Amino acid sequence: MTTTTTSPVLTATGVTMRFGGLTAVRSVNLEVHPGEIVGLIGPNGAGKTTFFNCLTGLYVPTEGSVAYRGTVLPPKPHLVTQAGIARTFQNIRLFANMTVLENVLVGRHTRTKEGLWSALLRGPGFKRAEAASKTRAMELLEFIGLADKADHLSRNLPYGEQRKLEIARALASDPGLLLLDEPTAGMNPQETRATEELVFAIRDLGTAVLVIEHDMRFIFNLCDRVAVLVQGEKLIEGTSDVVQSDERVVAAYLGTPFEGAPGAEEAAEVEAAEAGATTGATPDEAQRGTTARTEDGQ
Amino acid sequence: MTTDKTQPTAVSEAQGGATAPRTTLLRVLTAAGGAAAVASTFLAWTWTAEFPGDLTVYGYPGGLQLLTLVLGIATGVFALAALDLKGLRWLTPSGSTQALRMLALGTFAVTWFTVISIAVDLDGLVNLEPGGWIAAVVTAVPVATTFLLPDDSRQLRRPKELPSWAEILIIAAVFALGLYVVNYGIQTDADHPEPFIGYLIAVGFAAVALVKAGLVSRISELTSAYRSTTLVAALITAIVFPFFQDKSSFTELGVNIAIFATVALGLNIVVGLAGLLDLGYVAFLGVGAYTAALVSGSTASTLDVRFPFWAAVITGGVVSLIFGVVIGAPTLRLRGDYLAIVTLGFGEIFRLAMLNLDGTSGPSVTNGPDGIPNIPPLEIFGFNFNDDHSFAGLSLDSNGNYYLLMLLVTILVVLIFSRAGNSRIGRAWVAIREDETAATAMGINGFRVKLIAFALGATLAGVAGAVWAHFQSTVVPEQYVFAGPVPPNSTFLVAAVILGGMGTIGGPLLGATLLYLIPKKLEFLQDYQLLAFGIALILLMRFRPEGIVPNRRQQLEYHETGQLDVPGATGLKDGAVGVTKAEA
Ligand SMILES: Nc1ncnc2c1ncn2[C@@H]1O[C@H](COP(=O)(O)OP(=O)(O)O)[C@@H](O)[C@H]1O
Ligand SMILES: [Mg+2]
Repeated sequence: MTTTTTSPVLTATGVTMRFGGLTAVRSVNLEVHPGEIVGLIGPNGAGKTTFFNCLTGLYVPTEGSVAYRGTVLPPKPHLVTQAGIARTFQNIRLFANMTVLENVLVGRHTRTKEGLWSALLRGPGFKRAEAASKTRAMELLEFIGLADKADHLSRNLPYGEQRKLEIARALASDPGLLLLDEPTAGMNPQETRATEELVFAIRDLGTAVLVIEHDMRFIFNLCDRVAVLVQGEKLIEGTSDVVQSDERVVAAYLGTPFEGAPGAEEAAEVEAAEAGATTGATPDEAQRGTTARTEDGQ
Repeated sequence: MTTDKTQPTAVSEAQGGATAPRTTLLRVLTAAGGAAAVASTFLAWTWTAEFPGDLTVYGYPGGLQLLTLVLGIATGVFALAALDLKGLRWLTPSGSTQALRMLALGTFAVTWFTVISIAVDLDGLVNLEPGGWIAAVVTAVPVATTFLLPDDSRQLRRPKELPSWAEILIIAAVFALGLYVVNYGIQTDADHPEPFIGYLIAVGFAAVALVKAGLVSRISELTSAYRSTTLVAALITAIVFPFFQDKSSFTELGVNIAIFATVALGLNIVVGLAGLLDLGYVAFLGVGAYTAALVSGSTASTLDVRFPFWAAVITGGVVSLIFGVVIGAPTLRLRGDYLAIVTLGFGEIFRLAMLNLDGTSGPSVTNGPDGIPNIPPLEIFGFNFNDDHSFAGLSLDSNGNYYLLMLLVTILVVLIFSRAGNSRIGRAWVAIREDETAATAMGINGFRVKLIAFALGATLAGVAGAVWAHFQSTVVPEQYVFAGPVPPNSTFLVAAVILGGMGTIGGPLLGATLLYLIPKKLEFLQDYQLLAFGIALILLMRFRPEGIVPNRRQQLEYHETGQLDVPGATGLKDGAVGVTKAEA
């Protein structure tokens, strides 16, 4: 489990995102600790991607703040990446007409600083930095298993490899926290298994991971902790077991209508409807468990 | 990964099996047709020397006949190569039929163009001598036979290993040939359009033929294997160019081409690498030119200073840079097409400002429509650019001097383009062009990186403008328009980049050369130049959107089936790329 003594890599406090009348994310708090793999699940349109965009500065949150290792981040994507949070996209966004290696080299951008002058003058420093970037990029390609395709255009890679390449590109900025937005979407079971191994390997390298996913098996195998987002609000957060057995989570995924905010009454209704059938932890207990864990984390 | 080596079109005979007798016969006929075309050029095609080039002489070919002659020889030789004649097989590393078709078509087109022009120019078919009729008939033969030949395109055949001196000699020969071909075009008679049109037809078909035969790939393999040799060869070729010109006006063409090609290459950093559409680029050239003119010591200049040339160039570059930053800084924070609109506006504002800073409508700076004439000739280390000079028995006139100076600027810009493009900042530009959201999420400060590209482009244009002002010895506002019949104008520059090939070095150089040379040589086109421009660009976008010199990236982008660099990849059309821009 997690090391609860260290300070969190990510602290999102009261993050709210409104698009006109639509509140896509409503005061969500979330922490990710070093060495943790945290899952973020929720039905389609729950606001998961929007939450990621708020974390990475692509959207400026209407309210709330995001801090990395205790420092509040400005809502500028390049500064967020510079600070140490890297991400992948739900819809693959590789640089389609660059080679696989070049894609990863672009990921090194924040960790190198050779500017125009140094490129024009090509001094020894430039050559050294360029060689070092290439070495690091090849290491990463080796790590995800795409080294033999370094010179292919990324658009020509099969879908699964494109997703892997996005991960390598994100890792190239040596992040302390990696955000993965549905990394196994469109993958077959073997590829999903491989991605699971990959995420563990990334965690073992010392990068915390926050992952959005629909594949429940994937999430519950992988994550130390899972947060559930429903209609922009965090419904519950806790260990896989706790979340898995939570009635409201089941209900959210089965599509029981949640009117407005998923308040206590609705939860209670759902509970009542299925009270007799289930054993497991009651929502109350689950809630308490979660709270306990969050406090642990602090 | 399954590597599928067999080409569907490659018939087994191409791999060395027995050739069908019919194919052999057709190839022999093609060779004979080529020989007949050659023979026909030794006849008179018309009776009067009124038609340009003097095609009246029996015994040796002249004028447009020379083109038929060369293409006829090429058709014959390639047909012999197709017949597997020992010593010629290297000509067709990736198959002979398609190349032969192009050569036969080229011979036919040039010949018929000549014959028809004779009939039209001189009013009537009676002006054709029997030689003309014979040429018209015999050049049709190879066209028929080559289109009956089976297609034998194949993967590039591995060439025989050659000693390296031989390969270097080949590179030298290619550059010499290139210089000859360019010279031939530049030296065609500008008073008559026929020779130049014939030249364009011949060069066009021959170039496609060389691509189809695989010779172009073979040569680019060689040039990339011997990079420094190639660079030296290119440099020598460019340097000797003015020494081969027998008329000063030809060297002047060379200077102008060098200037516009350089400016187009600078624009290619902005448009091709960073993906920023700059529709007012010519204004930066103007800023450089006007600045240099003002500090040149010209009698008409309102500033009473005389900077040495190097300082004038630097001043021109720096002032352009400042304008670049001033225009770019507010605009580049926004996305998309704002930049195109703002730069378009800037281009017009610049011209109007130069017109109005005449002392009556505004402060007296630029003399309004009269511009700044009498820019004194350049003098560097006592070397006066307006005098003739001779080195080792070769003489160089004023245009030649400026040509060599301009060549220096061109080399500088080529160097900047290739070094910047192939570095951290260059990758950031391309990343921004490909997907700005993803690029910023990878830690690239989009605004900063775009501003660097924009300002660098502006600076290079300013430097070129400073040289141009001295070469022209005058600057006037009307040279810096958005679209117009004479270059430089912003449309011309953007068109040169797109026509040549975005993101490449060769593309804008070639594009600017063609766009400058063609209207110069075909005076009748000048009134319709913009129309011709438009038609040419529409055709280009339809048939070759990546430009004449494709960037490896773009070629794959526009021709999905190509899969050039992925030998065994299976198709991936599952929308992996199509959805990229959907969501942040
Ligand atoms: N840029 C935007 N403008 C307006 N509405 C948006 C925008 N981005 C997301 N939304 C809305 O926010 C809600 C959450 O979307 P999203 O975060 O993509 O969901 P998820 O990733 O959980 O499937 C959706 O209703 C979506 O339509
Ligand atoms: Mg999503």
